[in-house]
Amino acid sequence: MPNLHQTLKERWPQDVVEIHDFRGDETAVVKREALIPTARFLKQDPAFQMNILMDLTAVDGLGMKWQPRFEVVYHFYSLAQNHRLRIKVRVEENDAVVPSLTELWPVADWFEREVWDMFGIRFEGHPNLKRILMYEEFNGHPLRKDYPYNKRQPLIGPKN
Amino acid sequence: MEKTHTESMLLNVGPSHPAMHGIVRIVAELDGEKVIHSDVEIGYLHRAFEKSSELGGYLQVIPYTDRLNYVSPLINNVGYCLAVEKLIGLEITERAKYIRVIMSELSRVTDHLTCIGASAMELGAFTVFLYMIKAREFIYELIEQVTGARLTISYTRIGGVKGDLPKGFADQCRNAITETRKILKEVDSLLTCNRIFVDRMKEIGVISQEDALAYGITGPFLRSTGVDYDVRRASPYLIYDRLDFDIPVGEHGDNYDRYLCRMEEMEQSLRITEQALGQIPEGPVLLDTEGNVMPADQMADEGKIGRIEGLVGKSAAVDPTLEGAHKENYSTLEADNKRVVLPPKEDTYSNIEGLMNHFKMIMMGHGIRPPKGEVYFPVEGANGELGFYVVSDGTDRPYRVRVRPPCFVIMAALPLMINGGMMADIVPTFGSVNMIGGELDR
Repeated sequence: MPNLHQTLKERWPQDVVEIHDFRGDETAVVKREALIPTARFLKQDPAFQMNILMDLTAVDGLGMKWQPRFEVVYHFYSLAQNHRLRIKVRVEENDAVVPSLTELWPVADWFEREVWDMFGIRFEGHPNLKRILMYEEFNGHPLRKDYPYNKRQPLIGPKN
Repeated sequence: MEKTHTESMLLNVGPSHPAMHGIVRIVAELDGEKVIHSDVEIGYLHRAFEKSSELGGYLQVIPYTDRLNYVSPLINNVGYCLAVEKLIGLEITERAKYIRVIMSELSRVTDHLTCIGASAMELGAFTVFLYMIKAREFIYELIEQVTGARLTISYTRIGGVKGDLPKGFADQCRNAITETRKILKEVDSLLTCNRIFVDRMKEIGVISQEDALAYGITGPFLRSTGVDYDVRRASPYLIYDRLDFDIPVGEHGDNYDRYLCRMEEMEQSLRITEQALGQIPEGPVLLDTEGNVMPADQMADEGKIGRIEGLVGKSAAVDPTLEGAHKENYSTLEADNKRVVLPPKEDTYSNIEGLMNHFKMIMMGHGIRPPKGEVYFPVEGANGELGFYVVSDGTDRPYRVRVRPPCFVIMAALPLMINGGMMADIVPTFGSVNMIGGELDR
C-alpha cells in the first residue's frame, strides 16, 4: 500500500510541492491556494477520511533561514482508518495570509486565533480573528523568532 | 395590557470564581436564568511555555512540562520525552517503559479523582470531594516516594527515567490500589444513583458525536459520546499493546456519561498498573552479558573506574537525594546512549570520562543534539490526546516545541454545551471539562 503522502502527491501533482517522511511522520507541503480543496479532499476521500483536525500550529523559520519564512502545520487524523498526515503551507512574511479551515473544522477557529496571536499569520475567512492567549493591547507576536523573550510590554490600565 | 420590556443580561462568570477550577472567563448572555449566548475567554495563565522551551536545552524543557497539566504531570513528562526520543530515534529499556506506564496510569487516576471530586463538590457533595482527595493522597504518597515531589516531579529523562522505583514499591502500590478501590466503591454508592446528582448531570451539557469530532475532542469527553478512540489502543506506545484493558464508552455525551467514563477509566488504570507491576522485569540486567562484545569506551570506563577505586579506596561521595539513580540501576533505566543520557553521578564525581560526558551534556551548545527534523508524538493524557510537536534544527536547543493541549479544544466547544441551558448548569458542565489552566494557556 502506498503511503498517504505519496498518494496525495499522485492525486494532486501540481499542488503538492514537496513530500517527506521523517521517523514515520508523513508530511506533504501544499500550495496555499490549494489548501482548502486539498483539505476537503482529505476529509471526504474514502482512502483518507481525515475527519479530525488534531492540531494546527506554525513554525517561524527565521533561525533556519527558511524561504518563505513561515510554515503553518496541520495535523490530521482519521478515526476510521487510524492514520495521521501532516500538511504544511508555506507563507512569506510580507504576505502572511492562509485560507481559514473554520468552514471544514470548527476547531480551527481557536487554533487559528492562537497562530494569529503568536505568529501574526492571518487567516482569510476566519469569522473572529482576534488574540486568544495574549490581550488585545499586546505589541508584536511572541513566538516569532525575532521577538526577544525578555521584551517588556507597555502597561495598560483598566478599560474604562 | 402593556407589554413588559425585557432585555438580556450579560453575566461574567470568572475569571476568578469559586466554581472555576482555573482562571477563565465565561461571558454569558442570560435571558432570565437561561444562557442564550456565551463566549469563553482564556489566556489568564499564559506563561510562555513554548517560547521558554526554545531558550534552553532539550532536558531543560522537562520541568516546564510538569506545569502543563499540573494534576497529572507525569503524563506530560512522558509525552515530551517520547517525542524527543522519537526525534533522536532512541529506544528505551524495558524496565523504564514499565515504570513510565505505571506512573502515567497512577497520574491518570489522580487526575480523574480530582475532576470528579471537584465537580461533585460544586454540586454540594462535599463528602465525595474529601473521599477523593483521601484516595489521591494514597497515590500522591507513592509518587512522592518515587519522584521525590508531589507536583513538580520532573521524573522522566530523555532516554529513561530519573531513578528506579524504591524498595517495596510494588507492595505499597498494591495497597494503595486496594484502598483506592474501596474509596471508589464508596463514591460510586454515594453518587451514581444519587437522585440529586443524577438530576444535575443527566442530559446536561450534551455534545453530539459529530460536534465532538468536528472540534477534535478526544479522551473521556469523546468516549462519552460513543467513540472508542484511545491513543493507548489506536497507536500504542511504550508497552500498552501488551496490557489488557477496556475502553469504556458512553452513549449520550452528557455530564453523567462523562462521569461514568471517568469512574470506569480509573478502574482500568488501576488494572493496567497491577498488570504492569506483575510484568515489570526485575533486577539489574546488564545489556551486554555473554556473547555480546562490550563497546570499547565502556570497557575503558570500567577499567578506569576500577583503578580509581583502588587509588582512592572509597566510593565517590554522591548527592544524598539520588535515590534510585545509582550507577547499578543505570543499565536498566536509561538508554545506552552517551549522547543523550547523563552519566551516573558516581562517574561524574570520580573519573574524567564521566566528568567530560557530564560537561558535554550540560554546557551550552553541547547537549543533546537530535538530527534536523520534526516529529509529532501523541500520548493519552487524562483529558485526551496530548501531542508534542518538536522541531529540531540540529542544535542542542529545541527549535520549536508545540503542545496540543487536550482541554483547549474542549474549551473551544464549551459554548455549544452551555448555550440554551440553565445558568446553574454551567457549573457541572464546566466541571466535567476538567479544565486545567496550565495546559490550556501554556
